[in-house]
Amino acid sequence: MGFLHRHQNLTPYLLLAPGLLYLGLFFVVPLGFLAYQSLESGSFDVGYAFTWAWGNYWDAIQNYRGHFIRSLEYAAIATLLALLFSYPLAYWIAFRGGRWKNLLLLFIVAPFFVTYLIRTLAWETILADQGLVVRVLRDVGILGHDGRLLATSTAVVAGITYNFFPFMALPVYVSLEQIDERLIEAAQDLYASRWKAFIRVTLPLSLPGVVAGTLLTFIPAAGDFINAQLLGSPKNHMIGNVIQSKFLELTDYPAAAAMSFVLMAAILLMVAVYARAVGTEKLTG
Amino acid sequence: MTDVLTRRDLLRRAAASGAFLTVPGVLAACGGSSSKSSSSGSDHTLAKTLHFSNWPLYIDVDEKTKKHPTLDMFTKKTGVSVQYVEDINDNATFFGKIQGPLSRGQSIDRDIIVMTDNSRYPSLLIKKGWVEKLDKSAIPNFKNLEPALQHPNWDSNRDYSLPWQSGLTGIAYNEKLTDPVLTVPDLLDNPKLKGKITLLQGMGDTMPLIFAANGDDPEKVTDASWERAIKVVKKAVDSGQIRQFTGNDYSGPLAKGDLSACVAWSGDVVQLQADNKHLKWNLPKEGGGIWTDNMLIPKGGNVYTASVYMNFVYEPHIAALIEDYVNYICPVKGAKQELEKIDPSVANNTLIFPTNAMLDNAHNFDAAALNNEKYITEWQNLISS
Repeated sequence: MGFLHRHQNLTPYLLLAPGLLYLGLFFVVPLGFLAYQSLESGSFDVGYAFTWAWGNYWDAIQNYRGHFIRSLEYAAIATLLALLFSYPLAYWIAFRGGRWKNLLLLFIVAPFFVTYLIRTLAWETILADQGLVVRVLRDVGILGHDGRLLATSTAVVAGITYNFFPFMALPVYVSLEQIDERLIEAAQDLYASRWKAFIRVTLPLSLPGVVAGTLLTFIPAAGDFINAQLLGSPKNHMIGNVIQSKFLELTDYPAAAAMSFVLMAAILLMVAVYARAVGTEKLTG
Repeated sequence: MTDVLTRRDLLRRAAASGAFLTVPGVLAACGGSSSKSSSSGSDHTLAKTLHFSNWPLYIDVDEKTKKHPTLDMFTKKTGVSVQYVEDINDNATFFGKIQGPLSRGQSIDRDIIVMTDNSRYPSLLIKKGWVEKLDKSAIPNFKNLEPALQHPNWDSNRDYSLPWQSGLTGIAYNEKLTDPVLTVPDLLDNPKLKGKITLLQGMGDTMPLIFAANGDDPEKVTDASWERAIKVVKKAVDSGQIRQFTGNDYSGPLAKGDLSACVAWSGDVVQLQADNKHLKWNLPKEGGGIWTDNMLIPKGGNVYTASVYMNFVYEPHIAALIEDYVNYICPVKGAKQELEKIDPSVANNTLIFPTNAMLDNAHNFDAAALNNEKYITEWQNLISS
């Protein structure tokens, strides 16, 4: 008591300490180690040594450009789809859910009590060639009579969309749920149509949730490899698959580390562009 | 062994041993100057506990008590309790986990680990000097090792390894959806199978079949035979014939009928047939693959205790008890005769006790090729292109 009283200016730092310590120990230190590793050269047999091997980065971009682009593309489409699906859902729960709100939210989160791998394997069953979805799509002529969904890019994007759906739905819900409904009423009283009121009032007020959801979905989706592995064909593999095989199969740690940094840079770049486009103040509301 | 071996150390030690980067020189250099290992090697007293890491569902289980009867028998016989952990799900991941401590000369607190020789890791562990030699004086039952498994190309005298179980890699097909698929060319070229087949993502799993079909020797890979094999697979990837490369996740689609045929492990198909009796499995006519899971003693493990345990499981009647539950291929001679007494249906299943003709037609993949970086890179780029 006495100590804190005398050094009141220390309080914020003390409060921050656990978080900073955690991030420092489990994020910054490993990241530094990864950066060091990405500049090593050699081979697993003779050992790797630090040589400022910037070539690792060049090789990563040169040899796997296609995988990087494909990953960002799949992640972007999946993020957009997740937003399109979750916004109306979250809107409905927030404004019309009434006393069922919590139960409905539970339905969104419930699949997450099952592990990631099992959820993805379940999609293998849902999209199976002999399954209901494919049969219906064949009957209505969207798929050819021998068409399939599994082992296509559609399946991979669908899997990612589903697997990251709650990361989009929950932040969007939270920001919609906090909107004071009187503001919307006021807009309508001032002769705004329902659509106008949505565009001018509801949507802007929900943007912090949209931005947070977009980031929470896009960032992990770009590095995902499970969906591509289980639902994609060899031609749909993402950069995560390559990093995983470089690291585990090839034990080429410098290449894997360099690719991780390139991916990180690519994601940061896209996030920066996005943040500029919507305005960073939206992040904090 | 606590210091990390740098390339300079390696060259110096290799030069000191009078061999400039010849294989023995590299081995000596990788072995380092460890003196710790010899203490556990020559000591003939049993440890209190044996730490044994294995794959899931890979040892006998008493369905009622959930205990492992053969492990209890071992404890009763020797007084050594066994800490049995099922923490190996994948060779690459497990190796990724243990390579850190082993490269720093730290123990991984295991006396026995089990790794598959269709991956590069058993040979890599030996080459790196990260496993101990078996104490063969404690393993008189070594004589019971199936002859076909006695001289793998990566540990020709079985100085470091002893098989736990083996399995065959061949072609599975669904007879309701396709005519019998008995050869690799049929699998990869038959237009009726387009987009309805998968291969295994392990290079050491799939390649023996491709090599054998090409008339090449899978156990002695050359650049030319490698190129031929890669070309065959690439063509089938590009044409869309191959739908995916899988681990054992081919089992769902195969059982459901999404796949008409695939490269598959015999043990999986034995289990899948229980649900879908239209599934058939064959070694391709031109030759299939065989893999073996090997018991290895990681550096720092108790060599004598581990060796005594290995001797124990090479008793035919113990091996029979394990086999009756596990249903893979038993490496212990005499186990079949023991099993005929307790469970003849298992003893007479040729997928569990294959005929000599089958064993002759099943090939391992060249360990040097499994560790060739150029080959691995080409293979990985092919399966995730």
